Amino acid sequence: MAEHYSSFERGGRRWLWQRITAAFLVIVLAFHFFLLHFVHHADEVTFAMSSARMEQWTYYSLMILFLVTATFHGVNGVFNALVNQGIEGTRKKAVKWTLVAASLLLIVQGVRTANAWAGITLLPF
Amino acid sequence: MSQSYNRGLIEDFGRWKEFSAGMWAWIFHKFTGWVLVGYLFTHIAVLSTALTGAAAYTETIQTLESLLVVRILEVGLLAVAVFHILNGLRLLLVDLGVGLHAQDKSFYASLALTGAIVVASVPTFLAGVF
Repeated sequence: MAEHYSSFERGGRRWLWQRITAAFLVIVLAFHFFLLHFVHHADEVTFAMSSARMEQWTYYSLMILFLVTATFHGVNGVFNALVNQGIEGTRKKAVKWTLVAASLLLIVQGVRTANAWAGITLLPF
Repeated sequence: MSQSYNRGLIEDFGRWKEFSAGMWAWIFHKFTGWVLVGYLFTHIAVLSTALTGAAAYTETIQTLESLLVVRILEVGLLAVAVFHILNGLRLLLVDLGVGLHAQDKSFYASLALTGAIVVASVPTFLAGVF
């Protein structure tokens, strides 16, 4: 019987970061769902309400951290799953850089959207 | 000596009758993970209508929320997210070596709790759509 049941490669970092981000996401994802479906209701969402939340720097910074962490956890999970399935060499590199590019696009777009609500014009586009 | 647990080939669906609780947990975690990462990209795309203007954003969200199919998909999303969270907590414990002897029971508990939370949330998720 196997002694080591984890998908962690001992000493490896990819699954370790997956678990660290998971611990954060468990709390923040539950908070996000609860706030936007139970405290407020999704069908009552308006730009003004989203703006009012995003204009608070505590909420804005939490959501930016949520975006970055969730993106990392998502794409790192996909990458790790593919590595566990045996992807190697050029295909592994291609998948890695595609995921990095997709993550960057997602984060930039997410920050632009958050900035639109918060009334921040930091990015020049 | 440490040894990775051999899960066999997941692509071999003919083996599904042989799958243990841990194997199902692994499959469900992968499946819910793929759904959640796919949804994350969709979510940001929909929210990006805020870049077009306040009215476009409000109208997009309220139109989507007026559709029954969207509300049902949201209940599905809740189920997927709750299972991924609960099974993720179970995985954290397994990685730490806590409660290994009960890992099958904790999988069943994750499923049952997901079901209970989702059923209890249905009225909130469907409110106002009819």
